[in-house]
Amino acid sequence: MARIDLVDLAHSYGGNDAPQDSFALKPVTMTWRQGGAYALLGPSGCGKTTLLNVISGIITPSRGRILFDGKDITPLSTQKRNIAQVFQFPVIYDTMTVGQNLAFPLKNRGVPKAEVDKRVAEIGRLLDLEPYLNRKATRLTADAKQKISLGRGLVRSDVAAVLFDEPLTVIDPELKWQLRSKLKALHRELDLTMIYVTHDQTEALTFADTVVVMHDGRVVQSGTPAELFDKPAHTFVGYFIGSPGMNILPAEVRGREANVGGHVIALNRAYDNLPAGAKIEIGVRPEFVEAVAPAPGLLTARIERLDDLGRIRFARARFGDAKLAARAPAGFTSSDGMAGLKFDPSHVHVYADSLLVEGAV
Amino acid sequence: MDKTVNQKAWFLVLPVFLVVAFSAVLPLMTVVNYSMQDTFGNNQFFWNGVGWFKELLDPSTDLGGRFLASLGRNLFFSLVILAIEVPLGIVVALSMPRQGWTVAACLVILALPLLIPWNVVGTIWQIFGRPDIGLLGYVLNAAGIDYNYVSNDIDAWVTVIVMDVWHWTSLVALLCYAGLKSIPEAYYQAAQIDGASRWAVFKAIQLPKMNRVLLIAVLLRFMDSFMIYTEPFVVTGGGPGNSTTFVSIELVKIALGQFDLGKAAALSLVYNLIILIVCWIFYTVMTNAGAERKVQAESEPAVEPKPSVVLKPVAALKPKEGVA
Repeated sequence: MARIDLVDLAHSYGGNDAPQDSFALKPVTMTWRQGGAYALLGPSGCGKTTLLNVISGIITPSRGRILFDGKDITPLSTQKRNIAQVFQFPVIYDTMTVGQNLAFPLKNRGVPKAEVDKRVAEIGRLLDLEPYLNRKATRLTADAKQKISLGRGLVRSDVAAVLFDEPLTVIDPELKWQLRSKLKALHRELDLTMIYVTHDQTEALTFADTVVVMHDGRVVQSGTPAELFDKPAHTFVGYFIGSPGMNILPAEVRGREANVGGHVIALNRAYDNLPAGAKIEIGVRPEFVEAVAPAPGLLTARIERLDDLGRIRFARARFGDAKLAARAPAGFTSSDGMAGLKFDPSHVHVYADSLLVEGAV
Repeated sequence: MDKTVNQKAWFLVLPVFLVVAFSAVLPLMTVVNYSMQDTFGNNQFFWNGVGWFKELLDPSTDLGGRFLASLGRNLFFSLVILAIEVPLGIVVALSMPRQGWTVAACLVILALPLLIPWNVVGTIWQIFGRPDIGLLGYVLNAAGIDYNYVSNDIDAWVTVIVMDVWHWTSLVALLCYAGLKSIPEAYYQAAQIDGASRWAVFKAIQLPKMNRVLLIAVLLRFMDSFMIYTEPFVVTGGGPGNSTTFVSIELVKIALGQFDLGKAAALSLVYNLIILIVCWIFYTVMTNAGAERKVQAESEPAVEPKPSVVLKPVAALKPKEGVA
């Protein structure tokens, strides 16, 4: 168990001399605290698996250092790091029983037999694998196999962190939910640092207390699910988290007003020091835009369709070239296909070159 | 249940039946016919019943002695080359590169011996091993080792075995390499994380994943070495004495050397039968292994640790859908 620090860590599959733009993982400095449940969230190819493999030691980073509790472990091999990792596809040793599978990491490290048996029994109980300890592992279902993979990580009492690389990909949806609850329960019970890689925002938001969003090899934001939702630090986060994603509109912002295609939207804060020459956009979540009957003072947009999600309806609208989603309150209908959009000023954010700008109160 | 009976369908089977009859059944029956008779040339045949078969299995007779001795040599030869080629093939496969241009280079080099015609392999080694002009034989003798495959039994055996290893280890290596390539990278990464040593990785991952291709390799190598003829015939001609005379060489000697068609026919039938039996054993073992794997896959739901309660109503709905 340990705190993990990444110091100026970067990796390029093309070697250290490759241009920085091509790095799979661009320089990042961050701290993973002991006992945290983290999710690394991002689309395919964003570098999240690279980051995970760098932490576990499968990949040696081109640059930077990794510290476990302040101790530099960058040059250590995977075997010497106290890391457990669960892969996308369950890995089990075919010829062994479930119990032998669980004992394998301990046997490799020369742990005495009595201790091995004790730990295997304990982990078997934690993962509900007890009745299967003497069965051949090949005969089990995918989720049981994935539990064994997980168990091989947990069986070592000294693991610094457990890393998950999209572990629920091959699991049936119903069992997925069960296994995720199991993971959460284990996290509470064992006080382990867990890092969970996924491209599924529901999985990330339900599992983790801190979600780290990655985009194009960069960590763009790290925060609680609520922070990611209320205050996306990057337009990508706004767009990627939430369904539908945040509305991003090019705008001219002056003081407490944003001008979107000739229409003025009030802002809650003053933005007087925006960088010159930057691309200025405003972002607002569909939940904070209301579609009402067109009226003077409201932005008028053409309604393309209404998505009924049961609990809530979203109107898909078009304003000039921009596409928008807006909450359609009960009873909202549009006779002529037009609607007025009412923005909640406290939830309209301003972005310069895709990065959030904090306004003055 | 209510299939239409159409006797004309027999006509569709007829061509196959004829081809099989002319290519397999008739020649085989001719051999069976020969095996029951004795001939003194001039197409004169005398009925001998199962006499040849009795002689064949009786070591005190000339025919039986020769057959059983060569059969023993053949089995010993197969055993030795399997004991060498299988482990060696695994080692070669393990030490082959996994990616890059060297993979292609290794594959080509490994495939080369397999592409050489068998009598050419024999000729290569026949010359290679000659003490007067062959590189191997000359160097060994120059180094003070008295090596001569023409006069020394052990030298002849060593030459034939080394030649077979040289010729066929590649096949085992290529099969094993294919087996190794099919192991997903995640297995190795997981083993690293589990702190497995090189030996533990081999025992827990690589060997179990290779066992199917290994079974095929053993089958192919056994059958091939059991039927070996050309290479030892070209190198040693079965000598010195009868020390490297295998069953096939003995068979050709009797059939074409002595023109004892009856004896040769009986011998070839027994030889064929042995090969069929061994094939059948291997086939049974392999299909059983396959069937076990299939049963495992099918029995999965039965051993699922936590039968999901939510799935039950879904299952209960199914018959309804069927009725609708």
